[in-house]
Amino acid sequence: MDKAGQLKWLVALSSLLVSSAASAGWSDINMRQGVTEISHRVYELHMIIFGVCVVIGILVFGTMIVSMLMHRKSIGAKSADFHDNTKLEILWTIIPIIILITLAVPATSTLNAMYNPGEADVNIQVTGHQWKWQYTYLNDDPRKQFKYTSSLVTPQDEIHNVAAKREHYLLDVDNPLVIPVHKKVKFLVTSADVIHSFWVPDFAVKKDAIPGFVHETWAQVDEPGVYRGQCAELCGKDHGFMPIVVRAVSQNEYDDWIAKKRDEAAAVYEIVGKEWTHDELMQKGEEVYNRVCATCHQPNGQGLPPAFPALAGSAIATGPIQGHIDIVLHGKAGTAMQAFGQQLNAAEIASVITYERNAFGNNVGDMVQPKEINAMMTGE
Amino acid sequence: MSAVIEEHHHDDHHHGPDKGIMRWVLTTNHKDIGTLYLWFSFIMFLTGGVMALVIRSELFQPGLQIVEPEFFNQMTTMHGLIMVFGAVMPAFVGLANWLVPMMIGAPDMALPRMNNYSFWILPFAFAMLLSTLFMEGGAPNFGWTFYAPLSTTYAPPSVTFFIFAVHIMGASSIMGSINVIVTILNLRAPGMTLMKMPLFVWTWLITAYLLIAVMPVLAGCVTMMLMDIHFGTSFFNAAGGGDPVLFQHVFWFFGHPEVYIMILPAFGVVSAIIPTFARKRLFGYASMVYATASIAFLSFIVWAHHMFTVGIPISGELYFMYATMLIAVPTGVKVFNWVATMWQGSMTFETPMLFAIAFVILFTIGGFSGLMLAIVPADFQYHDTYFVVAHFHYVLVPGSVFSVMAAVYYWLPKWTGNMYNEALGKTHFWLSFIGVNLTFFPMHFVGLAGMPRRIPDYNLQFADYNMIASCGAFLFGFSQLLFLFIVIKTIRGGKKATDRVWEGAHGLEWTLPSPAPYHSFTTPPTNMEEAHG
Ligand code: HEC
Ligand code: HEM
Ligand SMILES: [Cu+2]
Ligand SMILES: [Cu+2]
Repeated sequence: MDKAGQLKWLVALSSLLVSSAASAGWSDINMRQGVTEISHRVYELHMIIFGVCVVIGILVFGTMIVSMLMHRKSIGAKSADFHDNTKLEILWTIIPIIILITLAVPATSTLNAMYNPGEADVNIQVTGHQWKWQYTYLNDDPRKQFKYTSSLVTPQDEIHNVAAKREHYLLDVDNPLVIPVHKKVKFLVTSADVIHSFWVPDFAVKKDAIPGFVHETWAQVDEPGVYRGQCAELCGKDHGFMPIVVRAVSQNEYDDWIAKKRDEAAAVYEIVGKEWTHDELMQKGEEVYNRVCATCHQPNGQGLPPAFPALAGSAIATGPIQGHIDIVLHGKAGTAMQAFGQQLNAAEIASVITYERNAFGNNVGDMVQPKEINAMMTGE
Repeated sequence: MSAVIEEHHHDDHHHGPDKGIMRWVLTTNHKDIGTLYLWFSFIMFLTGGVMALVIRSELFQPGLQIVEPEFFNQMTTMHGLIMVFGAVMPAFVGLANWLVPMMIGAPDMALPRMNNYSFWILPFAFAMLLSTLFMEGGAPNFGWTFYAPLSTTYAPPSVTFFIFAVHIMGASSIMGSINVIVTILNLRAPGMTLMKMPLFVWTWLITAYLLIAVMPVLAGCVTMMLMDIHFGTSFFNAAGGGDPVLFQHVFWFFGHPEVYIMILPAFGVVSAIIPTFARKRLFGYASMVYATASIAFLSFIVWAHHMFTVGIPISGELYFMYATMLIAVPTGVKVFNWVATMWQGSMTFETPMLFAIAFVILFTIGGFSGLMLAIVPADFQYHDTYFVVAHFHYVLVPGSVFSVMAAVYYWLPKWTGNMYNEALGKTHFWLSFIGVNLTFFPMHFVGLAGMPRRIPDYNLQFADYNMIASCGAFLFGFSQLLFLFIVIKTIRGGKKATDRVWEGAHGLEWTLPSPAPYHSFTTPPTNMEEAHG
């Protein structure tokens, strides 16, 4: 290829990239403006730095292109002899420093705003789990505090290309996070296992969820709507499959929703708080066992060895109760035995454990109260 | 290589290489070892490249088609590790071996036997790393940055082999750097003062210090992991009172200098090539040296810019933002100097020059996105998205990798005595150039639009640009077979190269015959006018 040809290629390629970018929707290729004051400021900041880079790029690359066109040996250019110019060198050190300082000013003030939210109206603890999110609506009154998990609902058939993919493919959950508009909502982000990252692009909120730490971030959303994000830190196999969906609703709707959730929570609180009799536990336990555990351990407790161990006569189910509680609460990593502490409430767990110790011919005779399980689940 | 042997056949004592395979196993010759490093690096480049194509095939369309998420994560992890530690770093060590003695007027490297060890432990390290793919539980799947506790408590059993492999790579790098430093400081020809050294030598000297400073940190980091996994400590385990964020601090204290380890020698290569084909002395030699040194210094004090979202207090965020922005200044100085070198030159555009110019432009684009990433509030949106993937691929592929290719085309005639085929070389360049941009430019778009990195599947809105990126990746990948073909063809024959090879070339290596004799300068050269053009 001759040299003019090469240049034509270069120009053609870059115009192709630019035009393909321009013809696609701007929102498909640029940062979102989002729906909070902060996200708007972040977007502006992004556009400013981007603009600065484009201008510098045009100057630098423009000089190079002019030079490549004019200073070619093939058109008889002779090389000059300069190889130093102190003034020039000082200039192109000072000017970038000035540009950087002017960029640092708005960046600093935006960051300041992000770090100083003031008092929050709503506090929600966000806990990352492999591979779902758990939202706890904190309240000083434990009766009014409640939590639930939120996981992907996109069917496996869509993921494996059997069924057609719908609009919110991979970005749909069973129980979205619900927040009121025009209110400061504080997220206290943490994790139960590995590091995750809580990211909602429309709020310009991204905070790593780190086990053992609680970090704060916040948003005040001005427009009602449904906002979608994803876990942003590699957290294992299903890292790509733990989206975040936030429903921002009017204050009225939020109040109704929260009242309903609190009633449910209060009911559970009552149940968990009271003293259960052995019979009550056994009755409830049988129901939970058949609903949740029997698929693997079988209704008669014989299991399907070697895949699923029998509970009848099992060392754990007839041994010290703490070992039994541990495996049901935390599961066993690397096996099909999951951590049911994440899925069942304290009453369900206490009753199913009591049931397992006193059914299928097991006859330990002891029991555990939901209260005690609850204490273990909420961290003593 | 046979020509090399004949060169010295008539010497009064035997200087030539051994015959057969033992020549390569036992060699202490800087050129042989350089060749070994370069071939090893190329094999790793293709291996890591195949993994990249697995990743890009899976991402060609939304949905899971080719691999399961578990294996996908193993591919991203192994791809990153192999490219960084197996392809880019050994390639530069190979170039240093070939070039440093020839550039400073020395007969060989200062510590030839250590040179041999430092190469030969590498194949074992990578064999061990690759063997984890066949182990129960699979290969490491926690990303090349291997954040704890995903890489400790939750890691597959093969993590122990990964740790051992990293230790060996570290030992190899440290030995290699000691060798480079000792050679440069002790074996320069009389009259070659530090400020007369070619920039490639300068950049490597600084890189070698960086390596010696940070490889032990990496070793400490993986050793702490090993202790956590096998000996019951809790450095990174919150449940035991440890701190997962400590891992990231230690890792990035190694990691950020590491990225400069992968780019400084590239600066040296480009600073050699542009003056040659512009037929004009390098502009601002001294400021180039100072800029390199300041970049190296700054690289130690900016590490937490990879961790803006972990919850650092605002004073920390601000400090790391300002310090990171500062790096743009010496980086800018370098770019301006290259442009000023081209300005009013008398340019021709042979393949090495094309790669070098593409380097300047595309590396600068990577520098721009780096500057954007430094702005903390904006980084909250960019971090861990494809925007970061675009950033570091722009600095690493058309940056580091292009510079290695430029170097190979530029010095291959000196190494083999034969000219490569210019038309083929240019074809390779254009295919690579188009492939690289098709692959990585659209990643800026999907990243900004919200696509996280390290995911095997994505929402439909990202489909178009992912498809373009995958096509580009295949174009780029397969173009490298052409590179292999060109290099082999040149080694086996071709138009004979002159000693000077390039009309505008300056430097001691060009005063040697082509191909260069087995021992570079047996008597020190005296003509220091050649030194830096
Ligand atoms: C998806 C299948 C599955 C389900 C559902 C399941 N388990 Fe398990 N469970 C297992 C497996 C597999 C093990 C064996 C783990 C191991 O290797 O130690 C196990 C072990 C146990 C053990 C220890 C038995 C022993 O002696 O090792 C107890 C107790 C137990 N499960 C209780 C429960 C309870 C209570 C439920 C319901 C709330 C339940 N499991 C639901 C698969 C399951
Ligand atoms: C102007 C100079 C540069 C600046 C200001 C800069 C800045 C940054 C920042 C802030 C990040 C973190 C982004 C994030 O994760 O949110 C980053 C990531 C990265 N940069 Fe740069 N960078 C520069 C040059 C380079 C160079 C020269 C290289 C290598 C040759 C490089 C390689 C990388 C890599 C590999 C990562 C990602 C690591 C990972 O998370 O896997 N950068 N850069
Ligand atoms: Cu994740
Ligand atoms: Cu960095």
